[in-house]
Amino acid sequence: MPQASTLFEKIWQRHVVREESADTPAILYIDLQLLHEVTSPQAFGELDRRGLKVRRPNRCLATIDHSTPTTPPDADGGRHYFTEQAKAQVDLLHVNCARHGIELHSWDSPNRGIVHVMGPEMGATQPGMTIVCGDSHTATHGAFGALAFGIGTTEVGHVLATQCLLQSKPKTLGIRIEGELQRGVTAKDVILHVIGAIGVGGGTGSVIEYFGSTIRAMDMESRMTVCNMSIECGARAGLVAPDEITFGYLEGRPMAPSGDDWARAVADWRTLRTDPGASFDRLVEIDATKIRPSVTWGIHPGMVIAVDGRIPDRTDSATRNALEYMQLRGGATLAGEPVDVVFIGSCTNSRLSDLRAAASLLQGRKVAAGTRVLVVPGSEATRRAAEAEGLDGIFTAAGAEWREPGCSMCLGMNGDTANPGDLVVSTSNRNFKGRQGPGVRTILASPLTAAASAITGRVTDPRELLEGGA
Amino acid sequence: MSTHESNSGIIESRTFNLPVDNIDTDQIIPAQFLTTTTRDGLGQHCFHSWRFNEDGSAKSSSPLRRHDPQTQAVLVAGSNFGCGSSREHAPWALLDFGFEAVISSRFADIFRSNALKNGLLPVTVDDAVADYLLDHPDQAVRIDIRNHRLGIEGYGEFDFPLDPFSAYCLTRGIDQLDFILENTEAIESFEDGREQPPRREPG
Repeated sequence: MPQASTLFEKIWQRHVVREESADTPAILYIDLQLLHEVTSPQAFGELDRRGLKVRRPNRCLATIDHSTPTTPPDADGGRHYFTEQAKAQVDLLHVNCARHGIELHSWDSPNRGIVHVMGPEMGATQPGMTIVCGDSHTATHGAFGALAFGIGTTEVGHVLATQCLLQSKPKTLGIRIEGELQRGVTAKDVILHVIGAIGVGGGTGSVIEYFGSTIRAMDMESRMTVCNMSIECGARAGLVAPDEITFGYLEGRPMAPSGDDWARAVADWRTLRTDPGASFDRLVEIDATKIRPSVTWGIHPGMVIAVDGRIPDRTDSATRNALEYMQLRGGATLAGEPVDVVFIGSCTNSRLSDLRAAASLLQGRKVAAGTRVLVVPGSEATRRAAEAEGLDGIFTAAGAEWREPGCSMCLGMNGDTANPGDLVVSTSNRNFKGRQGPGVRTILASPLTAAASAITGRVTDPRELLEGGA
Repeated sequence: MSTHESNSGIIESRTFNLPVDNIDTDQIIPAQFLTTTTRDGLGQHCFHSWRFNEDGSAKSSSPLRRHDPQTQAVLVAGSNFGCGSSREHAPWALLDFGFEAVISSRFADIFRSNALKNGLLPVTVDDAVADYLLDHPDQAVRIDIRNHRLGIEGYGEFDFPLDPFSAYCLTRGIDQLDFILENTEAIESFEDGREQPPRREPG
């Protein structure tokens, strides 16, 4: 009888070109490399310097998302980039993709979007694949049972030139999440809770597999939200085993297999699960029934409390440093803090279900006076779907900005930043000092919590605004 | 003048000190300078907010003003150097600024790996050695990469850790991409050996 294996081990083993040795890491074959304008220029430059070609252009897929404006084009189609350099970076990606025969989804593509939103929407992300991208939130694709690593620019060059990545074999961390979520609690609250529980270093060096009844009950977009933030606890990747929900999402997508290929693919994908008896290097158990809507209060994603909870009252230097930057007081509640900006978007929470959740609270209500609200769909496809069901109208009627797809205020590279001192309730993934602009204070939250806070102008428990009250 | 010769694997230089703990990659190279398309020229933005006022004028209080690019190719910094964002622009900026090695009692994992990938040598020393160096600015040092030895003039010689693969590459005079390219035949046979349903083009 074959040895029991984890999902991670099965995918890993399928892609080993050369095994790890005492002196050298494993050479791992990469099925798909996603590219964007910020982390690719120097990689293409290195290929040129060495006179190398892209080994498998049809295993690359590119988009523009990080430094692109989210404001509409002017009358003659011109885009208003934040800096000339941002435009130059985008222009160079066009040149590089054209030269190397790589499919690029630019302004003229109906698929363009945040790289981790677009890949799944196009069906490019499939179970059992190895996927890389020069972006730390590549773990998003693990929601499909793909082993997806964020890599640096040098490695982007390695994969362009060789379709391979050097990796020492990671450890495995199983996170079992069991139970039904309370009303008003979403995938974002689950992953914030998990990171708060295991810490920002809790997954270091590991590939996480999320499993259990809570994960099984989630749709694909929720699973993507969970896997997306795996890096925020230091993990190299996050995985969910594929199931009928996965196959249902993928079937009929443009780049998914079709016909006989589809049936063959699904039969294979059904084998991609952790065998009974296989063990993880470490196992963590989370009781999902106890999770409340969760928010960050500090300056890294592990500084998490329930939105109706109290800020830790500690005197260690990390806490003091965080409280000082956030202008908050230990032992106080976070709920009720005045909110200057609400950002609904990013590769964590910019998909249709996220926008629907936010719209469900904003419908028929108004954004509080003095609070600015940006809603940034993750892709052109998401934007079309949202507009087809009138979500844009709900947002604009409430007084929110409905913008063009992109990474936007998640990292503020494109000029979408808040003002120094502003408190931002954000559905993104990082609350580091200055991430959303110099001196900007970020609170990470779910789309429901963000929308509730937009309406009251204060950090708000969304359950207070859901039907039936808190 | 520092004499880092890749063939000899020796860096001989004087040290430049930044006695600050937890220098993160946002300090080394702020996000506003990530919109570059080449690796060159990032040195002018290295430690930008330490060196320049908001109006772009040079800060008279900047410790970097004391750096002598002609002689000081080895940076000595406080503990946990390179924490934060994984940007490779951080080692690129340090290299372009003129540093060939950084000495600290602790490096953040990703920075360490990015530095090694890009030919910037992270030298981890114990607290006593770090303290000595931080107390003795502009110290003459000799770093023997092949043998992982740090020599401090008038103080002593110390081993520093270098992972086996970095040592493997350094002693063979290749980088990581060269190593993968040496395995091209294995990559080809891997590709030949697996069933590859043709990828459908988007509709």
